[in-house]
Amino acid sequence: MLVPVSWMEEYVESRFAHPDLAERMVLSGSNIESVEVIGEGTEGVVIGKVEDVWDHPDSDHLVVCKVDVGADDGQPLQIVTGAPNVRAGDFVPVALHGSTLPGGVRIKKGKLRGVESAGMICSAQELGFDDKVVPLASKDGIWVLPEELKQEAALGQDALEALSLRQAEVIDFEITPNRPDCLSVYGMAREYAAVYDLPLQKVETLARDIPTDQSAEDFVKVSIAKPDLCPRYIARVATDVVIRESPWWMQRRLMLAGMRPINNIVDITNYVMLELGHPIHAFDIREIAGGEIHVDTAAPGETFTTLDGAERTLTEDTLLIKDGKRGVAIAGVMGGLNSEIRDDTKTILIETASFSEDSIRKTSKRLGLRTEASSRYEKGVPAELSQIASDRVCYLIDLTQSGKVLKGASDCYPAPQAKRTIIARAARVNAVLGTDLPADDMAGLLKRLGMEVEAKGGQLLVTPPSVRVDLKEEIDLVEEVARIYGYDKLEPTEHADSVAAQVTGSWAVRDLLRDVLTGAGFSEIQTYSFVSPAGVELIGAAGDPEKTDFVKLINPLGEENSVMRTTLLPNMLDVLARNFNRGNADCALFEIGNTFHMGQKTAEGLPTERLSLCAAFYRKGGPQLFRSGKDADFFLLKGALEKVFAKLGLGAPPLAPEEHSPTWHPGRCALVAGYGVIGEVHPDVLARYGIEERVCAFELDFDALAAAAALKREYAPLPKHPAATRDIALLAPEEVTVGALEGVIREKGGKTLESCGLFDVYRGKQVPEGKKSLAFSLTFRAQDRTLTDEEVNKTLSRILKSLESDCGAILRDA
Amino acid sequence: MKRPEEIFEEARALIEKAADGAAVEELRIRYLGKKGELTALLRQVGEIAPEERKAFGQLVNKAKSDVEQLITERKKAFEQAGQGLRLKAERIDVTEPGREIPAGARHMITQTIDEIVGIFMSMGYSVTEGPEVETVFYNFDALNASPNHPSRDLSDTFYITEDVLLRTQTSPVQVRTLLAQKPPVKIISPGRCFRTDTPDATHSPMFHQVEGLLVDEGVTMTDLKGTLDAFAKRIFGAGVKTKFRPHFFPFTEPSAEVDVSCFLCGGEDPSCRVCHGSGWIELLGCGMVHPNVLQVADIDTERYTGFAFGLGVERTAMLKHGIDDIRLFYENDVRFIAQFY
Repeated sequence: MLVPVSWMEEYVESRFAHPDLAERMVLSGSNIESVEVIGEGTEGVVIGKVEDVWDHPDSDHLVVCKVDVGADDGQPLQIVTGAPNVRAGDFVPVALHGSTLPGGVRIKKGKLRGVESAGMICSAQELGFDDKVVPLASKDGIWVLPEELKQEAALGQDALEALSLRQAEVIDFEITPNRPDCLSVYGMAREYAAVYDLPLQKVETLARDIPTDQSAEDFVKVSIAKPDLCPRYIARVATDVVIRESPWWMQRRLMLAGMRPINNIVDITNYVMLELGHPIHAFDIREIAGGEIHVDTAAPGETFTTLDGAERTLTEDTLLIKDGKRGVAIAGVMGGLNSEIRDDTKTILIETASFSEDSIRKTSKRLGLRTEASSRYEKGVPAELSQIASDRVCYLIDLTQSGKVLKGASDCYPAPQAKRTIIARAARVNAVLGTDLPADDMAGLLKRLGMEVEAKGGQLLVTPPSVRVDLKEEIDLVEEVARIYGYDKLEPTEHADSVAAQVTGSWAVRDLLRDVLTGAGFSEIQTYSFVSPAGVELIGAAGDPEKTDFVKLINPLGEENSVMRTTLLPNMLDVLARNFNRGNADCALFEIGNTFHMGQKTAEGLPTERLSLCAAFYRKGGPQLFRSGKDADFFLLKGALEKVFAKLGLGAPPLAPEEHSPTWHPGRCALVAGYGVIGEVHPDVLARYGIEERVCAFELDFDALAAAAALKREYAPLPKHPAATRDIALLAPEEVTVGALEGVIREKGGKTLESCGLFDVYRGKQVPEGKKSLAFSLTFRAQDRTLTDEEVNKTLSRILKSLESDCGAILRDA
Repeated sequence: MKRPEEIFEEARALIEKAADGAAVEELRIRYLGKKGELTALLRQVGEIAPEERKAFGQLVNKAKSDVEQLITERKKAFEQAGQGLRLKAERIDVTEPGREIPAGARHMITQTIDEIVGIFMSMGYSVTEGPEVETVFYNFDALNASPNHPSRDLSDTFYITEDVLLRTQTSPVQVRTLLAQKPPVKIISPGRCFRTDTPDATHSPMFHQVEGLLVDEGVTMTDLKGTLDAFAKRIFGAGVKTKFRPHFFPFTEPSAEVDVSCFLCGGEDPSCRVCHGSGWIELLGCGMVHPNVLQVADIDTERYTGFAFGLGVERTAMLKHGIDDIRLFYENDVRFIAQFY
């Protein structure tokens, strides 16, 4: 909301300037986007009069002008311009040689296509106005200054001074949706007055009981068929209207407040809308059939042409202003082309009405037509304000001699609204704020905002101004007291309680696993929860009903963010691919995040959200991953998986080979029973992502891990007796797995086998085709005694026997 | 029979001449071993006149201990010399790079959440989380948002169905918690939020918030100020000040936005990357829980009051670390992540 400070100050009686205005307004809740000073930095632009215009000899779009700028020598300047709207006799702003325009642009004399030009005739835009506020006559050329300046300004006078634009401060307030009353200059003036505890001036109006022969009721009769959608409709009438340019003071305020001046009648309606926040519409009464205004809903399918020329189809919900025959305006949204003010309009009907917020919002939304009027009606325009606004329009018509306002009004107000009185308990206000303010002080603060307050035994009976539609209950007044008192005056305190922080299981487990994985060299990533459904296809899981059980967005930003992820793997591969393409060497990453499953609904009917843990890496060039001395392969990732399981007290991860998933390398993948999957990503998948390195990954159901986690640790006494170690090298058939051999060793090793570790795998010379050599290191220990060689050897031979009989593995070199 | 003094002199000369530790050890065996010359003397004590035996024994023992001392000293000297040579040979180039120790980094967002949550946990707030896919009821209705609040629009909020959406704020957790437990309620709730913003340097359709809620008897707005002021000082430094500006949120009243004084320049630098010279940075939104919200959970609003606050995680991280583009968080370039190891 753009508010020119000078306009606001018209209503705030103050003997002093307020240099801290912006700061104080912000601290009382009127947040400020920006403060702009029109004319700041502009120097040397003067009023000039175009004396003569002729074509440039050497150009078909430039003209040469003789401009009188009141020079001491009486000589006019010769200036070349490309503006199409320059005409002899007009007053224009002239940037002289050596002048400065906004943004620090310096103007110097020079030659344009060989013709001397002593300066520049400026457009309004060049003097700092936005394109959308410049009067149409000046929009695409130089600024043709208002007629009245021909009497009031002297040639050569500083143009900004002559236009009262020197240091014209405009504050752009950020208005929160609860404060429609602040979408007006007068509303902001009320805040201004409250902040500085100054009186707020009344708005000058033209009452209905003026002595005219004719009255408004002679011209128009209003009826409302839908009082729930239109609580009040006031029609006043002005005759002898002359459509012309508005006085400059009005144009200036409109332009500073962000609105383009059109003509006096349109400008007055806009002026009152900006000033009081109440939209106004003016009709040409010639077009109002039968002098009847009838507020009703449209017939379904009825078409209507709005004054922007567009034909619109209405529904039975559309509130329509009708005359004796047809629609003349879509209520609160836009007037009709059939009844708009024209240059020859003589008598006007001034509509000042209050409409239902919901009705206007729906209509505006359905028509896709949001106007200055509709955006205000949507937020609420109280019926009480309508009368002031109506009389204010009449006052301005009278003041600007734009027409002859008639006495009376056709004011249809079937159910006048009672004043709202809210009770605020002083003790409650203090209890919420933590203050100790006397009730009288609270009353004083509220009165500054224009409220009527009656203090009665610790209670305040408060009647807010009708425009304060946000004030409905006690807590609303608590806030008003607090913000006018000043949040900065509230002394910080500490609430005393004995509540202790608790950590939920899942949160703590996430923290632990982040430690495990970062400690293992993996870095954490965070990726979007919404993804492209194509990701599941890229990983070859399009046929997996669980992975395609999408939660779909109705209004995604695009296809690439249109469904909630069912797996973290596609995002992980995206990130790996991005890093790969950027030439980043070794990359080991993990993510802990939610996956979403539409088919499985919660008790509330929401899709299930499950936390998932995904880790992956590729190795690219440079030193080996983690300089582990080994390739970054399945087993490196399995090592990380084992650390995850160990940290959670879950023992060894239960892996079973998986050969049939299109996502994974058929020979290098395993299901982690009950938790997920680990493997090398299938080369076809990697090709789709453009990753030219092997990638290993696992994805686990984090919630299942957290639920199974056994985090409690119990101390096991340290061994008192020495261990005996035996290293064995086995020759085993290729198809026998290490897991199977280990199983036999552990089973036969019994209680005294403390550990069994594979430390070498060898194929090649001295190992027959179809066999492999596997070296295990076995450690034996008893808790209660030192094992004898005899005992250890007995167990070992039992193990070897079973290895041979069960697995066909024999001791090498035996 | 040699006298002990003679043997001692002889041994002393030999020990001095010994070439290395091994030679010294040979001498130890020769004189002090089981069959050593001095040990042998003691066995010959029978050949000495009884009245001289005591004196003789003393002489032998003295010679033994003197030799032993010489040998120990000489051995030590050889050891020291030997170690010096060995250490010299073992010299390394300490400017060679250290070997890579596996070390990943938590994501910047996680680190920031950890820090914020850690501060509030130390004040007694418990972590509570809620779903990312939410109902319209919890995200808007129960939070006192008017039926026409603009943030409900399809142009602001991602919808799954008419009644289900991606939460636009972490505030729904307030209502869920109030419905699930009786006051005192003291929670902190980090999580993901979604709004229909097209990604650019300062906007992301997905971002993280941390919500806080305290509902108890006698909770006041001055408590809210005290709590957030303490938080700001802990996260940005003890020197920062806070400024509370009135604002509007449907679910709190009175509501405020909180600015912190610029922790980088203190408002001194007009080109400051953090405050752009204003001296203040917008940090979070907060307020006293609206009675309508408490009533959703059937909480006696005369007995209990509360405050709530919510702050943006990305914004906090960007301010603290000088990150100028929010998209960096979600690109996950390892070179970015590694900077925050």
